[in-house]
Amino acid sequence: MKHVRITTAHQSITFSRRMMLLGGAQAAVGGLLVGRMGWLAIAQNQKYQLLSESNRVQLIPVPPRRGWIIDRNGKPIAINKASFRVDLIPQQIVDGPKVIAELQQLMNLPPDEVERITRELAASRGFQPVSVGDNVPYEQYAAITVRLPDLPGVAASRGFTRFYPGGSTVGQLVGYVGAASAAEYEKENKNPLLLIPGVKIGKEGLEKALESTLRGEPGGQRVEVTARGKLVKELDPKPDRSGGTVQLTIDADLHQYAARRIGDQSCSVVVIDVTNGDILAMPSMPSFDPNNFSDGISQNEWKMLSDDDHLPLVDKALESLYPSGSTIKPSMALALLNAGVDRKQIVNCTGAFQLGNHTFHCDKRHGPVDMDAAVVHSCDVYFYSMCLRVGAEKLSPMVRSMGFGEKFDLPFDNQRYGTIPDPEWMMRKYHRKWQGYDTVNMSIGQGMVLINPLQLAVMASRLATGKRVIPRLLKSTPVAPQTQLAVDQDHLDFIRKAMWGVVDHGTAAAAKLPLDGIQMAGKTGTAQTHNLSASERGDYTSAVWKLRDHSLFMGFVPFDNPRYACATIVEHGGFGAAVAAPLVRDTITFLYDRQKALAALQAFEESIGGTLEERLARKTASWRSANGVPPLTSTTA
Amino acid sequence: MITSAIIPRPLAKLPWRLIFIVSGIALFGLIVLYSAAGGSVRPWAMKQAVVFLGFLSIAVAMSWMKESTIKAIAFPLYGITLVMLVGVEGLGFVSKGARRWLDLGPIRLQPSEFMKPAIVLTLARFYELVPAAEIRKWRAIWPALALLGVPAVLILVQPDLGTCIMVLLCGVTVMFLAGLPWWVFAAPAAAVGVAAPIVYSMMHGYQKKRIDVFLDPEGDPLGAGYHIAQSKIAIGSGGIWGKGFLHGSQSHLQYLPEGHTDFVFATMAEEWGLVGGVILICAFAAVIRWGMRVSQSARTRFGQLAAAGLSATIFFYVSINLLMVMGLAPVVGVPLPLVSFGGSAVMTVMLCLGLLMALERQQRTVSRLI
Repeated sequence: MKHVRITTAHQSITFSRRMMLLGGAQAAVGGLLVGRMGWLAIAQNQKYQLLSESNRVQLIPVPPRRGWIIDRNGKPIAINKASFRVDLIPQQIVDGPKVIAELQQLMNLPPDEVERITRELAASRGFQPVSVGDNVPYEQYAAITVRLPDLPGVAASRGFTRFYPGGSTVGQLVGYVGAASAAEYEKENKNPLLLIPGVKIGKEGLEKALESTLRGEPGGQRVEVTARGKLVKELDPKPDRSGGTVQLTIDADLHQYAARRIGDQSCSVVVIDVTNGDILAMPSMPSFDPNNFSDGISQNEWKMLSDDDHLPLVDKALESLYPSGSTIKPSMALALLNAGVDRKQIVNCTGAFQLGNHTFHCDKRHGPVDMDAAVVHSCDVYFYSMCLRVGAEKLSPMVRSMGFGEKFDLPFDNQRYGTIPDPEWMMRKYHRKWQGYDTVNMSIGQGMVLINPLQLAVMASRLATGKRVIPRLLKSTPVAPQTQLAVDQDHLDFIRKAMWGVVDHGTAAAAKLPLDGIQMAGKTGTAQTHNLSASERGDYTSAVWKLRDHSLFMGFVPFDNPRYACATIVEHGGFGAAVAAPLVRDTITFLYDRQKALAALQAFEESIGGTLEERLARKTASWRSANGVPPLTSTTA
Repeated sequence: MITSAIIPRPLAKLPWRLIFIVSGIALFGLIVLYSAAGGSVRPWAMKQAVVFLGFLSIAVAMSWMKESTIKAIAFPLYGITLVMLVGVEGLGFVSKGARRWLDLGPIRLQPSEFMKPAIVLTLARFYELVPAAEIRKWRAIWPALALLGVPAVLILVQPDLGTCIMVLLCGVTVMFLAGLPWWVFAAPAAAVGVAAPIVYSMMHGYQKKRIDVFLDPEGDPLGAGYHIAQSKIAIGSGGIWGKGFLHGSQSHLQYLPEGHTDFVFATMAEEWGLVGGVILICAFAAVIRWGMRVSQSARTRFGQLAAAGLSATIFFYVSINLLMVMGLAPVVGVPLPLVSFGGSAVMTVMLCLGLLMALERQQRTVSRLI
């Protein structure tokens, strides 16, 4: 560095130069500030105006009314009832036990409810309100409203409760609603609607599957609030939009009749209009009462339902699978005819059939039978020998085309579709070759054959029409075009005649309709649930309930011009003709002559100890005493 | 030019243009404070008006000080302020987590505020004493560094990062104008670049957080980034013409924190828009330019350096606050002088202006009214 002697003159020049620099820097900062402000206020004005508005205006959501579910005639299946409700807001509670104790006294809460509230309060995540009562009588509501200042955390409001006039008879069909869980709240991106006390979302069944239609659009009271949440003024409200109404193909009266006629059995009935595939009834009993669920159910109630061996929490029409038993025989007979078997050819039934070193039994010694007799009297030996002769490859496709193993597009999450086996499936699934005994088992709907009750009803519909009937449940779904099945009309007429014979003079003679001029065609089935010893065979009542055979029946009416098809599977009901066929008979009767059917129902209910409600109350009481739970004294709901 | 026949000579000799601009800024500030209080002179506007008028009178009174007097008090003022800063450490009054105030009976003093003009005067005086030939020598540098460093450290540990930065910047500006070699500024700048991470690790939690938030304000919009986010919303939503007097929702609904103190500019911009903002920035620019002119036309080296340093003090006040409010600098707690509610900033700025007016008076013999 060169040493220059710096003088005052130098210093003055340096000062001026650096002042210029400093002034320039200051001007640059000033320019930057103005530019930045212009960028914020002009270029990004819209964005910030939006943010400022969303700061200023808060929306207090007003829950929409849930859409109705109605039957084919407009009769309500799920509706809303105006109600008063009381909730606990966990975040605002100061002394939980004290508040609950006071509510218990004010609302006369049974111990079951107190236990549920305490449990839900412990599990709640702060934001989630816990329902104390959904359907509170006005006097109690008023009493609580007056005391609200002394009960921090308690919220009393007016709202709507879901109401199912059909009670437990529609439980498995519609499912139920309930307050959103923490997981559901997260899944919907923290939708604030779900936090409002009294807002229920579909949890099961149609209520869940049709949620998007039923929920509607929440409205809201727009308010101006400060950063600390203080309300400044109310702005114009945004109206809510009620959920859409969903019309089902169900006939609510028929559905309820069938459910009641099931009695104490564990059973499902499906009725289909064969002309368009409409499902007219599909009860699964016993069931839960969805009215109790919407308020949250007590642990005891839940335990009672889940302990029940009649599985009230399972929709048996769609989720349970059973061997088809002999109901498969009409379709098998069609397959045999298709394969060229002469319907007049005689097989001699000795009551037993030898294949290799195994003996397959028939339920009795039928003697010489042709195809007609084999269907009418349900002779197993005939089908063993004929099906073996034709081979499984020609049987399975026909059975499948009749609806077994087929998937139907219905608005339910947990459908199960069962299996119709064939050699290729056997190799894929079990890695073994198809054997003769597999054909023998399949020929009478045992072995690997598994179906659900809806499929059985579809099979009846297709046998009735010869067309590919496809079931539908929602009126809004277009009717699927019914294509012709690959069967000869002549074969079909023969099978229908045989099925008429089953009801007229065969195994289901007890199921003749008490109607003039209307005759039913059908087929019984008895599906083994385990290997019965020879001595147990034919004894359908004395065995342990769980070990009894399933009782099946499918049929259609009128046999000469089919309109309705009906199928039922009674779990462990015993002989098909004794339990399942009369159930179908009464259900079908209801379609034509309600008086007669209701009289039959009344006689039936008297024979089993009263109406559904009476029996349920008795059952609950006995369960509670057996489990050491105090009896229900009063119900607030 | 107001004729001296009507107005008494001493009044006519005041720099009226400056006083008009400064009063205009303060009046605008009072209007904003009135709105920030929801359309009320309480609790801020009235108090602020009294404080402003008080300090304006003091500043005007100071304008009769002679340059020689200012020179003479430079070192004692610095010494007393330094003693008070040490005193704050020992006896200080703790408020909002920082030990900044000294409680002297009826008045509470924030000695770090005095340090801003004091360091400017002291360094100006120091470099006046340094002969021109010595300016590039080490002995012209280390005393200045010591004079600057000791108060800066004392203020930093209060902790008051904003004032510390301001004091450093004011001092460095004087040193820069005094003609110190470039490496004196380049080397520390490089050192800061290296040391920044180390200093960062030694900072207080809230200081660290402010820097984190500045670097990534969207990272925590509801937490520490809330100030900057809400301030930007207020400024951005104001648009060109603003939402109108008393119609700012961000400030009135209390979404904007510190809307009457550090973030008063956002409160203003929301209601007066870009137009109000540009006018305010221009007014401040005029004040600073006036000060820089005083420096340029000063006849003594002390006058040059002191006037430039005092103008720079006002400049740093305004620019750091605005950069912070607009999201271009971390939130360091520097108010907008004359507009933000609070006496300290008004006091400092009016002290600076009073000294500038005194220096300016020395430069002329006749009144310069226009």
